Amino acid sequence: MIENLIPWLQQGFKFAAFLALAALGELLIEKSGSLNLGTPGTMCVGAATGFISVYRYVAAVEEPNAFVLIVLALGVSFLSAMLMGALYSFFTVTLRINQNVIGLIITIFGVGLAKFLSDYFVKSTSGNVRCDEAHRVFTAKIPFLSEELGVVSKVLFNYGFMFYLSIALAVVVALFLNRTRTGLNLRAVGENPATADAAGISVTRYRYLAACIGSGLVGLAGIFCTMEFKSGAWAVADIDSIEAFGWLAVALVIFALWKPMNLLWGSLVFSICYWAYMYLPKMLGINVPTDLAQMLPYVITILVLIVTNLRKNRESQGPAALGQSYFREER
Amino acid sequence: MAEQTVKTKKAPLFHIVGRGRGQLPAYLAWGIRVGAFLLALLLNAAFVYLVVQVDPLTFYQTMLKGAFGEGYLWATVKGAAKLLCIAVALAPAFKMRFWNIGAEGQVLVGGIAAAIIMFYCTNLPPVVIILLMAVCSIIAGGLWGLLPAVFKAKMDANETLFTLMMNYIAMNLVNYFYYLWRGPKTALGKINQTTHRGWLSSLWEERDANGFLVQQEESLFTNSDFWFVAIIIVITVLMFFYLKYTKQGYEIAVVGESRNTARYAGISVNKVMLRTMIISGAVCGLCGFLVVSSQSNTISTSMAGGYGFTAIIVAWLSKFNTFTMAGVSVLIVALEKGAAQMANQYGSIGFSPAAADVMIGIMLLLIVGSEFFIHYKVAFRKKTKEVAAV
Repeated sequence: MIENLIPWLQQGFKFAAFLALAALGELLIEKSGSLNLGTPGTMCVGAATGFISVYRYVAAVEEPNAFVLIVLALGVSFLSAMLMGALYSFFTVTLRINQNVIGLIITIFGVGLAKFLSDYFVKSTSGNVRCDEAHRVFTAKIPFLSEELGVVSKVLFNYGFMFYLSIALAVVVALFLNRTRTGLNLRAVGENPATADAAGISVTRYRYLAACIGSGLVGLAGIFCTMEFKSGAWAVADIDSIEAFGWLAVALVIFALWKPMNLLWGSLVFSICYWAYMYLPKMLGINVPTDLAQMLPYVITILVLIVTNLRKNRESQGPAALGQSYFREER
Repeated sequence: MAEQTVKTKKAPLFHIVGRGRGQLPAYLAWGIRVGAFLLALLLNAAFVYLVVQVDPLTFYQTMLKGAFGEGYLWATVKGAAKLLCIAVALAPAFKMRFWNIGAEGQVLVGGIAAAIIMFYCTNLPPVVIILLMAVCSIIAGGLWGLLPAVFKAKMDANETLFTLMMNYIAMNLVNYFYYLWRGPKTALGKINQTTHRGWLSSLWEERDANGFLVQQEESLFTNSDFWFVAIIIVITVLMFFYLKYTKQGYEIAVVGESRNTARYAGISVNKVMLRTMIISGAVCGLCGFLVVSSQSNTISTSMAGGYGFTAIIVAWLSKFNTFTMAGVSVLIVALEKGAAQMANQYGSIGFSPAAADVMIGIMLLLIVGSEFFIHYKVAFRKKTKEVAAV
C-alpha cells in the first residue's frame, strides 16, 4: 500500500504545484475586479510559446546551455501570456466590453493560437515531440535533500525548481496583498473602484498591471505543466488538457476563497481528488469511476461557494466588484 | 507667495464619453459593426497570406465555397441552427442580467437524459420514446439551469462561477455514461444502430415483416436534418414573441434593467429569476435532445460542439434579439466552415485546422470591440486659449 501512496503523493504534488501557480495568477487578476475567463487560453499560449522556443533553441545549437534554456522558456512564456493579459485588459478596461464575453473569446482565441503556433513551428500534428534537455533542466533536483531523507525526500524534494518557486510566489503574493500599500490599493480597486478612484488610485493602471502580471504567472504555469508534469512531451492533445487544467485553476481560486496561502493546500485537495481514480484501486482495491472522481473538484467548489454565501462572511467572499467594468461617468 | 507658479496638469489628450441611451442611430451602429466585420476579413486575409501565401481573392473564394458552396451549405445551416438554439436559450437569462455561462452543461445533461431513455426504454413505441426523450431532456436542462438560480435567489451566490462549474460536472457525467455504455468496445458508436429506437427518423421509417427498413422516397419531411433546423427556427420565433410581447417577457426586461424598480413595481424578482432560468435551461436541454435524436444518435462531450461558450458571445452581440442571433450564428459558423475548408485545401502547406480558431478569434475580438464605438465616443482635448492663471 505504501509503495502506491508515494507515487500518488508525488503525482498529486506535481499537479498541485502548477495548478496553484495558475490559480495564483488568476487570483491576482480577480483581486483587481477582473474575472478573467481567458485564463485557460492564456495558459495554453504560455505553454506553447515556451515549449516552441526551447525546442527550437535545442534544435539550433549543439550544446544547449541550461541557464539560457530556463530564461528562454520562462521569459517567452511569461511575455506571451502577458500579451494575452494586455489584450484582455485593453478590451475590458479601455473599451469596457463585458468581461465574461472577452474572457471567453480570449480562451477560444488562445487555445486556437497555441495549437496553430505549435503546428506551425514544431510540426506537432504528426504526434508527440519531446524536449528532453529542457525536461532535464526543469526537473533537476536539489542534491542532498532529494536523496538522503527517505520518504521525505521522495515526497517533498522530488521536484524541479519551479515547484519551490510556485510556493515562494504564493507567499510573495500573499505578503504583497496583505502587507503592502500597493496591495491594499489593488484590493480597493477590486472591492470598490469608484471609491478607489476618488482616493486617487488609478483603476485603469491597477487593472492593467494585475491582468498582465497575473496572466504572466498563468503562462509560467503552462510551461511548468509541460516541462514537469508532462515530462517535456508535447502534442496538440496536450493543449486540450492544459485548457481543462486552466478551468480547474479558475475553480481553485473560488475554492481557496481568494486567499493565496489557501491555494497551496487547496490545490493539493484538488489534485488528490482528480487523480484518485488512478491510485485508489491499487491501494485499497476500491474501484472509482474515473469521471465521477474527476467531477469532485468542481462539486466541492460549488459547495464552498454555497457555504461561504451562507455564512455571509465578507472576509471569505470574492472581490465585491468582480466582473464589473468601471466607467467613471456611471458611478 | 504670489510669484509661485501654479503647476497645472494639462487635460489628457482624449477621454471617453458615454453616448447615453439611443444616441447613435441604428444605421450608424450597424455601419460600425459591418466596418469591424470587413476589417476582420482584411486582417484574416493578411494572416492567411502570412502563413501560406494564398492571395486574398483565392482565400475569400475558398471561404465562400466552404461555407455556402454546393455540398457544404447544409453543414453550415445545421451548425448555425445548433449555435442559434443555444444562443436563443441564453437570451432570456442575459436579458435578465443573469450570466448563464452554463449553456454547454445544460445542453449536455439534456443530451444525457435523452440518451438514457433511448438506451433503456427500447420497448416502447417510437412516438412514445421520442416524446419521453424530449420531456426528460427539457426537465434535465431546466433543473440544471434552476440550481444556480436557486442559490442566486436565496443567497446571492455568484451565478457566473456557479454555472461555469456546472459545465464540468455535466461533462464528466457524459463521460461516465459514455464509458459505462461503451463497455469493452473501442467506441460507443450510435445507440440502437439496428433498431433506430429513439432516432428522430424512426417516426417515419417503415419496416417490413423481417424488420428491414423499407426504402422510402426521399422528401424534406423524412429528413432529420430538416426537422432539426425547422424546430429550432420555431423556437427562435417563439422566443422572440415571448420576450417582446408577453407579460413574462416584460418582467424579465424590468428585472434586467433594475432589480429595485422591479421590486418597487411589485414584481417578485426571485420568482422571475427562477422561472427564467428554468426556461433558459429547458431550451438548452431541448437542444441536447434535438442533437441526440436527429444528429449524433449518441453522446459525447463534443455534443454541444463547444458552442455553449460561442453562444454566449452570439447572445451578447445580438442584444437579446433572437433574429439578430440567427444572422450572427450563420456568420460565425460560415467562418468556421470556411476556415475548415482552407485547412482542407492548404493543410499540406501549413494551414492547420487550428488556424481556423485563430481567425474566429480575430473576428470575434474585432466585432465585439466595435461595440465600444457604439456606446462610447472618444472626446479629444479641445484647443482653447490658455487662460492665464490668476
